[in-house]
Amino acid sequence: MATTSLKKLSEREDLLSGGHAACPGCGGTVILRQVLLAAQQDDYHVVASIATGCMEVVTTIYPNSAWRVPLVHNAFENSAATISGAEAAYRSLKRQGKYEGKVAFFAFGGDGGTYDIGLQSLSGALERGHNFTYVCYDNEAYMNTGIQRSGATPKGANTTTAPAGKVEPGKRECKKDLTAIVIAHNIPYCAQASPHQPRDLMKKAQKATVTEGPCFINVLSPCPRGWRFPPDQTIQIAQLAADTCVWPLYEIENGKLTINYKPREKKPVTEWLKSQGRFKHLFQPKNQYLVEEIQQDVDARWRRLLAREAADSEEPE
Amino acid sequence: MAELLKKDEMKPGAIGEGGTMANLYTGSWRTYRPVLDMEKCIHCLRCWILCPDSAVEISEGKRQETNLQHCKGCGICAAECPVGAIEMKLESEFMREEQ
Ligand SMILES: Cc1ncc(C[n+]2csc(CCOP(=O)(O)OP(=O)(O)O)c2C)c(N)n1
Ligand code: SF4
Ligand SMILES: [Mg+2]
Repeated sequence: MATTSLKKLSEREDLLSGGHAACPGCGGTVILRQVLLAAQQDDYHVVASIATGCMEVVTTIYPNSAWRVPLVHNAFENSAATISGAEAAYRSLKRQGKYEGKVAFFAFGGDGGTYDIGLQSLSGALERGHNFTYVCYDNEAYMNTGIQRSGATPKGANTTTAPAGKVEPGKRECKKDLTAIVIAHNIPYCAQASPHQPRDLMKKAQKATVTEGPCFINVLSPCPRGWRFPPDQTIQIAQLAADTCVWPLYEIENGKLTINYKPREKKPVTEWLKSQGRFKHLFQPKNQYLVEEIQQDVDARWRRLLAREAADSEEPE
Repeated sequence: MAELLKKDEMKPGAIGEGGTMANLYTGSWRTYRPVLDMEKCIHCLRCWILCPDSAVEISEGKRQETNLQHCKGCGICAAECPVGAIEMKLESEFMREEQ
């Protein structure tokens, strides 16, 4: 049965074991655990693929694996293509009457593997309509190779390939809105989530599991190492992202957008920026203009989301 | 269904059994150890669902002791506990005690 009761879920098996090599306080493994706990419902068996990146590297150190489900790691750019093949094979086996079970196909990837190098294979799999769920854990840089800037890195962040210094203020460009790109594929279910709201994230994973066709969940994944904050603050930082509307929690079901969390009082983006060392340089007077730009970008996106939600609620069912 | 490969028939690159990282020891990464006050705990299970290392053990809906084989001492559980039932203590203090 689909449930987000922690008590009931705690009776299920953790499909990701401890003993893996993620940094202390990594948001990524929290996300994997929550998604895998939620996906085991109504006799579904999980089959997963994962792109190269921290979550793959830390959970599959040969000859061991932390995964208690079948997992394929193929390459960096093709988590979605790999799961497409598995899902197509499953449909064939079912048609031939060779397999009866229910399988929930999940593809995982980091932001590098999803926003950038795996975007084409993701787009292809969404367009072909495979019955699977793609979960991007977005830690906003190529962390596993040492904090390089990606399309998901936000404006102003310090990374090793867009460093903040005397001349440059960190990354100058805006974060790519991947969720919007995915929405443009007109898939049946798409959402943004965050590990600080486990029940919201798990509900989304459950909806995606039972939805026929391609689904996508973009999950913010605080990374103590790359974002420069103490490891016990992972969840508080995820909360701040939602409270400042830097990372809104919302879902689009059959074209209709719903915002799942509206902060009672929208916090200024400076609260988010000052919580992490990667934004430290933004508080120098010469970079003040960037803080203002970042606030304007966040406000504009939040206004657009609110407007879309209002417009969708007026559409006839 | 096609026959599955036996473990010793597998070629390098495939791992025949899941969850084997559970046999590994990451407890030595800790600088701080979470110490739980069972009297204060309300068994909301928030620490369990937010643990990156699957180190919080639950039995019949009740919080058990932390699995110190896997716990890396990140402190998320202590930071997120709504009633402050978990305190992070320097690991070196326990070493002194144990000696
Ligand atoms: C084709 C290819 N290019 C580069 C790499 C090196 N590489 C391995 S992991 C990684 C970073 C992954 O970044 P992301 O997808 O954001 O995941 P994260 O490590 O941040 O979790 C890179 C560049 C690779 N494995 N394959
Ligand atoms: S570098 Fe970041 S994403 Fe990678 S394991 Fe460490 S905390 Fe997790
Ligand atoms: Mg990344």
